[in-house]
Amino acid sequence: MENKVDQKLSVQQIILTLQQYWAAQGCMVMQAYDTEKGAGTMSPYTFLRAIGPEPWNAAYVEPSRRPADGRYGENPNRLYQHHQFQVLMKPAPENIQDLYLNSLRELGIDPLEHDIRFVEDNWENPSMGCAGVGWEVWLDGMEITQFTYFQIVGGQEMDPVASEVTYGLERLSSYIQNVNSVFDLEWSDGVLYGDIFKEPEFEHSQYSFEESDQDMLLRHFDDFEKEAKANLAKGLVHPAYDYILKCSHTFNLLDARGAVSVTERAGYLSRIRNMARTVAKTFIDERAKRGFPLMKDDAKRQELLATWEKKQAKKAAKNAKGAK
Amino acid sequence: MAHEFLLEIGLEEIPAHVVTPSINQLVERTTNYLNEQRITFSNIKPFSTPRRLAMLISGLADQQPDVEEEVKGPAKKIAQDADGNWTKAAQGFVRGQGASVDDITFKELKGEEYVYVNKHETGKPVAEVLVGMKDVIMAMTFPTMMKWGSYKFQYVRPIRWIVALLDDQVLPFEILDVTTGRTTQGHRFLGREVELTTPADYEEALTSQFVIVDADKRKARIRKQIEQLAADRSWTITVDEDLLEEVNNLVEWPTTFAGHFDEKYLTIPDEVLITSMRDHQRFFYVTDSKGDLLPNFVSVRNGNAEHLDNVIAGNEKVLTARLEDAMFFYQEDQKHDIDFYVNKLKDVSFHDKIGSMTEHMKRTGIIANLIGQRVGLSDTELADLQRASEIYKFDLVTGMVGEFSELQGVMGEKYALLFGEKPAVAQAIREHYMPISAEGALPQSKIGAALAIADKYDSITAFFAADMIPSGSNDPYALRRQAFGIVRILRDKQWHLPLMRMGQDFEIALSNKHAAFNPDLQANLAAGRTRIQSFMNDRVRQWFNTQDVRHDIVDAVTNAATTDVLTMLEDAVTLTSHASDNDFRDAIEALTRVARLTKDDLLAASELPVEPKLFENDTEQRLYDAVNKVDEHFAEQTPDENYHSLAALRPLIEDYFEANMVMADDDAVRTNRLNQLAQLTKLTLQLGDLKQLIVK
Repeated sequence: MENKVDQKLSVQQIILTLQQYWAAQGCMVMQAYDTEKGAGTMSPYTFLRAIGPEPWNAAYVEPSRRPADGRYGENPNRLYQHHQFQVLMKPAPENIQDLYLNSLRELGIDPLEHDIRFVEDNWENPSMGCAGVGWEVWLDGMEITQFTYFQIVGGQEMDPVASEVTYGLERLSSYIQNVNSVFDLEWSDGVLYGDIFKEPEFEHSQYSFEESDQDMLLRHFDDFEKEAKANLAKGLVHPAYDYILKCSHTFNLLDARGAVSVTERAGYLSRIRNMARTVAKTFIDERAKRGFPLMKDDAKRQELLATWEKKQAKKAAKNAKGAK
Repeated sequence: MAHEFLLEIGLEEIPAHVVTPSINQLVERTTNYLNEQRITFSNIKPFSTPRRLAMLISGLADQQPDVEEEVKGPAKKIAQDADGNWTKAAQGFVRGQGASVDDITFKELKGEEYVYVNKHETGKPVAEVLVGMKDVIMAMTFPTMMKWGSYKFQYVRPIRWIVALLDDQVLPFEILDVTTGRTTQGHRFLGREVELTTPADYEEALTSQFVIVDADKRKARIRKQIEQLAADRSWTITVDEDLLEEVNNLVEWPTTFAGHFDEKYLTIPDEVLITSMRDHQRFFYVTDSKGDLLPNFVSVRNGNAEHLDNVIAGNEKVLTARLEDAMFFYQEDQKHDIDFYVNKLKDVSFHDKIGSMTEHMKRTGIIANLIGQRVGLSDTELADLQRASEIYKFDLVTGMVGEFSELQGVMGEKYALLFGEKPAVAQAIREHYMPISAEGALPQSKIGAALAIADKYDSITAFFAADMIPSGSNDPYALRRQAFGIVRILRDKQWHLPLMRMGQDFEIALSNKHAAFNPDLQANLAAGRTRIQSFMNDRVRQWFNTQDVRHDIVDAVTNAATTDVLTMLEDAVTLTSHASDNDFRDAIEALTRVARLTKDDLLAASELPVEPKLFENDTEQRLYDAVNKVDEHFAEQTPDENYHSLAALRPLIEDYFEANMVMADDDAVRTNRLNQLAQLTKLTLQLGDLKQLIVK
């Protein structure tokens, strides 16, 4: 077999290959979600869809913004915005590790020609009320993928458990193309990563570290939080979630600017966490009201709905009692 | 016929540090289970890799031994009615024993006749008992547990296959959706699945599929490969046993290889290079015969030697990227000065509820100074301690420690020297983190020790005041380790430092220097102090656990009236050395007789007036004089001398109790006597709560 690594897949080909591959494994190829976020996990296609009993299989590229990691485009490996290729499968297929390894083969990475290891790395995102168990995957000593069995999302215990595979596209591409700086990656024929992203990296770094209007950001955080809560109260999960994402990104901008004092920091994070918990609960309720339509096993669906309705009735009774 | 049983639990990759404890746990649980089940066996051979926990049990008995047992039932008068018919009670009893009324015999017990039946239980065959291994497997616990699929069951990682082979037969059971079989999996990439005919095939069958399933053999193989590489290239490689253990549990088929990095990175401090290699990449570092680092590393691949060049090139690239970062930080960090970093610490949180790092440092400095004075540091030492306390956390905000947090303190020392600080100050900066583990090295310098104690003391006080107290296995700020560190440092430096008693002095000094805690925490300080005292005493107990000291002596000294750790340790030595004296028991009994008559409220009283004119006889006066004399010298005497003084009071105490009723009817006389005894109790409490001693 010829070694595909020698052909140096472009970033674009790497994305297309992964999309094609995971589509063939039953994943829906989704598009990047259009609200700023720090990681592919925060897309509603992962955060919300991981919650609840309905099956969900999706794959997508997610541009992920981390203002504090910006380096003005000067550091070869650190970026204000990097790209993740995200795969979420619920319930986690039994052979998910093999599926993942086969995706590497598709990219021309033959495990027999490399050293691939699963090294323990348990993942946590306290501000979104998330925790999972899994590994980072090492390719010849380089971490190229985060592999996680979600245990808790938005404070909700997973049932069934979703598996998340997150490829760091820049890392993986740097390996495949054998370059030392992400800016030297070839995105597509003749166009380099640096040609596209160096300028935004510089500008966003300058903005995040030096120029952002702190008063405006602080004001926006409060406004976004208010809007999120108002929507949550009306059961409008997705608009609420958009505003939670906006809160999170606004906080990250404030944090990068050094505008959040040490004591305030915990306060902001707990405000985000509380909303994340509420939206997770509300999401399940709204899906239940729709009858968990994605569930294939009808008997199980009816059973879950019955349990949910009983719980609702109990809650209603309790509220009525409280009102007296 | 003796049987062999093979059990293999196939898992997704187990965390490396969990593999060995888990196989040990499985062997222990299995041994207990077989013993409980009365199934004998000759040996359990453990196997483990990242993907499997397995055991080969040999010499298993055919079955449990049969049990013959005589079971006692109700009394005869209850078992039979007046006409001699069997009652319901008798019938129920025999039914419960799987017997019938025909099996009943009578026996007399203490003048009463009782119903008995002989129960015969045939031993279960080994196969039937081994099916119970299902529960043994499922009962395993791990530091981190997870759910998978649609199951509620939690385990270290998902179970993917189970081999259970009793001789040449599959032992059938199921865990979730996994049914036992005879098929095991080879190496993830080099091997394939393979069917086992008998348990004895296991090790060899897996070797043919590129899995060295015996962890010791795998480790020996890595060690030999490393030695070979070192010999071939005239390198010196110190094999770090912890790293070897970890690497061994990351691979099933080890192939050791060597890589290289650019010599220019050797200008970075060794600690940084070693951390990058050992902790981040799991590489072994390489030195020449003099111990100087060479630009090479050794690592272990999970695979064979094919295409090793790819693996080497990839690992070199990753290491180079890390070292490039480190070099950048090392150069950038030196462009500023210490003031620049110290100033930045204002924005660094010590803890959200407690305050900033700068505030913590200020408190530590004030406390360290009081400690330094108390233990007799010279003026120069006190000045160095002062300087160290003003800057000692500065490296936390350097780029290097931001990237390599495990190098906190180490980089602090290096940078402090580069920035022109005195070596004693730089050393204290590194040493204040010590000990970094329960058995870790201790600060060598007195300045480092004083700073270490002050820093830990302030942390413990702060977290207790903020009500973040360790409980169970939850100790996120490692307060137990820090308190244990204080105990070890005090003992090592032989410092008498009644920290808890000094607590109030600390608080006054902090207030005077405007360095007090915020009001919320301030309000909790007094309540925290008692809890900290018992928390510290628990650490003293923990220290005694590592020594060969009687438990009752530990209880006595940790309940002493002193808060001085070193005194407690000395008291234990004293009591231990006298515990086998001929008169130990009598002396302790006399002294505890006094102590039992002293209520806690008297101990807490600030004054205990004794009026000799209320004495009714000689024995009172003599004991009074003797106790006063002991008291006079108590402070400057050694614990051993104090023990002797106290033990010498015994005849006087015995005479005293012979001649006097302590609880006299006359109030004044009674109070006088109780006060007199309380004085003595207070003295003995300096040595320990002698009531805890077992002298029977």
